[in-house]
Amino acid sequence: MITLDINGKTHELDIADDMPLLYALRNQVGLNGAKYGCGLGQCGACTVLVNDKPVFSCLTPCGALAGKSVRTVESLGSVDQPGPLQKAFIDEQAAQCGYCIAGMIVRAQALLEANPHPDDETIRRHMAPNLCRCGTHVRIFAAIKSVVAQGGKV
Amino acid sequence: MKNPTQNVNLSRRAFVINGALVMGFAMLPGIPRAFADTEVDTLGTTILAPDLPGSLRATPYLDAWIRIDAKDGITVYTGKVELGTGVKTALLQIAAERLEVSPGLIRFLTADTALTPNEGYTAGSHTIVDSGTALFNAAAQVRQLLLESAARQWQRSIDSLTTRDAVIYDTQGRSMTYAQAVVGVQLHRFASANSPFKPAGSFTLIGKSLPRLDIPAKVSGGAAYVQDMRLPDMLHARVIRPPRRGSQLLEIDEAALRQLPGEVKLVRNGSYLAVVATDEWLAVKAMREGYAKARWTEGNPLPDSTHIHQLLTELPARRYPVSAKGDLPQPLPRAYKARVTKQYLMHGSIGPSCAVAWFKDGTLTVWTHTQGVYPLRAGIAEMVGLPVAQVRCIHAEGSGCYGHNGADDAAADAALIAMAIPGKPIRVQWMREQENLWEPYSSAMLAEVEAGLDDSGRLRDWKYELWSTPHNERIVNAGRLLPAWLLANPFTPAPSVPIAQPEGDGDRNAVPLYEIPNLKVDMNFVLTMPFRTSAMRSLGAHINIFAIESTVDELAARATIDPVQFRLNHLSDPRARAVVERVAAEFRWPHKATGPGSGIGFAFARYKNIMGYCAIAVQLHVQRQTGQVMIDRVVAAVDVGQIVSPDGLLNQIQGGIVQSASWTLYERILYDASGMHSFDWSGYPIMRFPDLPQQVEVHMIDQPDQPFLGAAEIVQGPMAAALGNAINDATGKRLLDLPLARRGWQDALGS
Amino acid sequence: MKRKTIIGAVLAIGVAGLGFAFWMMWRPEIATVSQHLNADRETLDRGRRVVEAGDCAVCHTRPGGAYMAGGLPLVTPFGTLFTTNITPDPQSGIGQWSLDAFERAMREGIARDGHFLYPAFPYVHYRKLSDADIADAYAFLMSVDPIKYTAPENHMVFPMNFRPLVSFWNLLFLHGDPLEPLPNRSAQWNRGRYLVEGAGHCSSCHSPLNLIGGEKGSELFNGGVVDGWTAPALHGMTEAQHPWNEAQLVAYLTGEVAEGHGAAAGPMLPVSLSIAQLPAEDAHAIAQYILDLKKTSSDAPSPPCTSGVKPSATALRGAALFEGACASCHGRAAPMRVIESRPALANTSAVRADSPRNLIQTILQGIPMSSAASSHYMPAFAHNLDDTHVAALAEYLRNESCANRPWTDLDKTIKSIRAQEQQP
Repeated sequence: MITLDINGKTHELDIADDMPLLYALRNQVGLNGAKYGCGLGQCGACTVLVNDKPVFSCLTPCGALAGKSVRTVESLGSVDQPGPLQKAFIDEQAAQCGYCIAGMIVRAQALLEANPHPDDETIRRHMAPNLCRCGTHVRIFAAIKSVVAQGGKV
Repeated sequence: MKNPTQNVNLSRRAFVINGALVMGFAMLPGIPRAFADTEVDTLGTTILAPDLPGSLRATPYLDAWIRIDAKDGITVYTGKVELGTGVKTALLQIAAERLEVSPGLIRFLTADTALTPNEGYTAGSHTIVDSGTALFNAAAQVRQLLLESAARQWQRSIDSLTTRDAVIYDTQGRSMTYAQAVVGVQLHRFASANSPFKPAGSFTLIGKSLPRLDIPAKVSGGAAYVQDMRLPDMLHARVIRPPRRGSQLLEIDEAALRQLPGEVKLVRNGSYLAVVATDEWLAVKAMREGYAKARWTEGNPLPDSTHIHQLLTELPARRYPVSAKGDLPQPLPRAYKARVTKQYLMHGSIGPSCAVAWFKDGTLTVWTHTQGVYPLRAGIAEMVGLPVAQVRCIHAEGSGCYGHNGADDAAADAALIAMAIPGKPIRVQWMREQENLWEPYSSAMLAEVEAGLDDSGRLRDWKYELWSTPHNERIVNAGRLLPAWLLANPFTPAPSVPIAQPEGDGDRNAVPLYEIPNLKVDMNFVLTMPFRTSAMRSLGAHINIFAIESTVDELAARATIDPVQFRLNHLSDPRARAVVERVAAEFRWPHKATGPGSGIGFAFARYKNIMGYCAIAVQLHVQRQTGQVMIDRVVAAVDVGQIVSPDGLLNQIQGGIVQSASWTLYERILYDASGMHSFDWSGYPIMRFPDLPQQVEVHMIDQPDQPFLGAAEIVQGPMAAALGNAINDATGKRLLDLPLARRGWQDALGS
Repeated sequence: MKRKTIIGAVLAIGVAGLGFAFWMMWRPEIATVSQHLNADRETLDRGRRVVEAGDCAVCHTRPGGAYMAGGLPLVTPFGTLFTTNITPDPQSGIGQWSLDAFERAMREGIARDGHFLYPAFPYVHYRKLSDADIADAYAFLMSVDPIKYTAPENHMVFPMNFRPLVSFWNLLFLHGDPLEPLPNRSAQWNRGRYLVEGAGHCSSCHSPLNLIGGEKGSELFNGGVVDGWTAPALHGMTEAQHPWNEAQLVAYLTGEVAEGHGAAAGPMLPVSLSIAQLPAEDAHAIAQYILDLKKTSSDAPSPPCTSGVKPSATALRGAALFEGACASCHGRAAPMRVIESRPALANTSAVRADSPRNLIQTILQGIPMSSAASSHYMPAFAHNLDDTHVAALAEYLRNESCANRPWTDLDKTIKSIRAQEQQP
């Protein structure tokens, strides 16, 4: 049995220590936000927050998460009540296929929680681990900037 | 009952007007030409009504597109699919505009072989052209039939009736819903060639940026993709592929797999291997064990990547004359000559391919992110030996595919495994390395160009020859599905046939739109290669436009004419001139940034010479010592006819600019005799945020009442060419081998 | 009288002392120049080679910053330095420096205006360069795109924020002349020595430093610690338990994977990417010279590594972590192993080393991704795994590789590395 604290809720899961968090989130907990993209920590589609830091959930074994809090894009808001970054992504229509977007939002969330007023260069460098293939970067960047412009409160 | 009508045969008109010229070249006497199905043709269907617009030609019945009843209200069907470009919302806008209802009142269904029309593939920037045009007309005709029904029942003239939100009103305050009006109307009828006229000026939805329907769920963790499907008792599968093409399975230690905790089943058929487990992580571990425990024959050798373009010219090929006119002297006097190359590229979807299949009660249902549910259904039915009627393919979104990636093959995997484990839904998810190693690539290509000017500085002679492997290995038989090659009784791919002009294959956009009196364009269609290649956004247009526009810049320099002016001197199409002039004005061409290593570049193309127009100017700077290319500013102007969703169009163009910059500057598949090294993002780097263009401006020229021309792929070629021209301006070095900013390229610049 | 004599003596000593101090700590400004000759292509190519061999860009280009424009923070025990702009921008760079000023900086560590440069700038090694190489390097740097950029102020602790004190450091450590080839050795060996001891300044990292940051001359190439990474000893590499050969070392030095050892990571990664820019014969020369450095210590060699059969409970936890965090790349049938022929982690230098430092650093920091070219990327695990997990993983890998010599200082080493990373 492994106890995981996910989005403020405690989950007792009958899973092995070696199962990467991504699989537990998707299959045991039933969340869709974190996506499988590479399983190699190269694309960021699976990004979640562990103790407020952005990590690749595809490479984070559940056995390493005792006592830690996990947050996924689902914790930031919903369709009806989107969080500030989610709302900004909707307002900017910052998605094409959208497969990378949940990971993008989570990584941006980590940045703005730590630094509500990043400059452009900081945003670009911070977002570098996450890949987008549709080329939506221009809008993702604009969405993050729009939250920063409103005070960076997330 | 006089209704003004207009010929709203949008795509057809575009084809006839603009296609005629190009077809004319191809059909010159003495030039035999094998005509193939187009990439986007409704494969496996018959053109029932050649005079109808858009996809109505193949699916002429109105009730194939629109059904109305009291229970479900209005249901609109499209045979196209959402690939991440936002077309689902745009198509809904078109249907709602012409039905004159709010989009929220429409239940909108995309490709499903049990429900929707067969519109072949969603590809080639054709969705709005084919399906949008069909819905534009079908919806207006259905509304007209409903009005006629109400007018009959009320004994009123149609002109006195109005509609609002699916309710018909007369001047006496009577009302009737569409669902009431449809009673007694036979929608199972052929569409007519003419539709009720609605001037663009009165559109309330077309031309407006309706927020995309899918984005709220995608930003908040809603189930949005086939990857997110969870069916009752669903099992998770992983495939185990051979080390390379041609490898045969010698043996696999099945006992080792049985020792894993939990229940793992091995599916084996010839050299086809998959593992199935109740839990996904367990399936991954079983797959790893399977890779460790399987032994294979060596398989086909890989070629030497350093001489791949030479090899292209030596392999068996069919030669296709693409275009010829005038008289080319041999040899060309004072010609500029260039040899342009492109490497193999991959689609590189962020989410590897995935599919869910369920064989139950004799019917195989496959949820897939394919681009074409009908062709896929035929291929799968042949592969598993079921009648087509017992296979249903339902589109479910995947990660953006940008062409023929692993989607169809993953669906075939799911189908094979589901047939082996009847009664249980099977979810197959490819791993990153499986996508990278087994998706069909975009072909390596070689183009040779020779071009010359006359004494007045105008283009006079143009000779162009290219070599490419196929760009359209779509699913026309079971053998085009990769898993079918591995079976104990394998299937063989159907012979390769290029997509005919004017769409073109490797030769897409191989003919310049510029006025050139003497011209000859030929394609060598290479038939055997170690890598499977197929459609990736813009097909050959990426390198062809790059080659043409590089050459045009060189010739402008020889003529000592500004490159933008030089282009205008050879363009008569006013819409082509308009995008060029718009970019030049907005960019303040030839205004050049100060600072070391900076340069500007310009490029133009009309996609396939019959679709959207695009001009681009790029300002960049090159760090000569490190070879880093930083894109400072991109200014684009596009004309895609009547704009359906300005923001959707903007999103596509912005995305195309970034994607093409990544292809053009960085991307190539790395391989050598020891194997294919681009199995992950370390070995196949693409553009990341720090390299993003600093500033991207897109200017959209709307053409109310003009045909839809398509948008998604129009920018790939021009962006590539503008980058090449800007690097030339910045460094004085004409780069002709893609990708441009490959490791060590700066050595050619000198210190 | 006597009193006067004493006063006079004190004064004299004081004046002499002041004079000495002045002589020690004052250097004249060298006049500015505004014009540079346009060097020919051959000169620039030679200069570039010197600059790459000297790893100039490794420190003088900050991440995301312009080439040679400086601004990279260097954390030293005496505070944080920011590297300077050495592009030819006249105001913020070295555009007004004459060749004389440049040569003085390279050989004596004195800036054009006469101020002392901190010895993080390896002038103690650069002084060994030939005049011609310095002139070529100068010509090349003057051809680089000029960039207007001024690095942030240094944060050095008292009294090291008083630059003239460097003169005393120089007294101790600044000596030696341009290297002359040894007649009894091959040209390749001499070239290797020149690169290793001169421009390459390998001993700056690969030797222990004393309390005031000077290389311990008696322990040259005995290995050191730089930025929290072990810079291994360069002596006796051919005689080591897992010996290096020239092909392996050349691969390693040029950013490739060395069979049986692994690839460069940490501070060595950018150095290897610089060496990869040099002509292949230079990498071979460096390798030949280093492999010729004989073992100096008389310590008994460590016994050969043997892998463990019975993992401890901790190692078993580490095995599970490996399956979930590492196996997609480092598992036995993973494509990186099969297609790239990469060694099992148990067969890498980081896991066989006496100190777990480099393994821990690699786990925590990973290896950066390049966006323009393929790379040996590895994700950083600093936020995924905490200290106990890193220790379990390291214990598991060590048991697979060298169970007979387990690491005993894992927890302490991990804590100290983490503490160092917490620093700004």
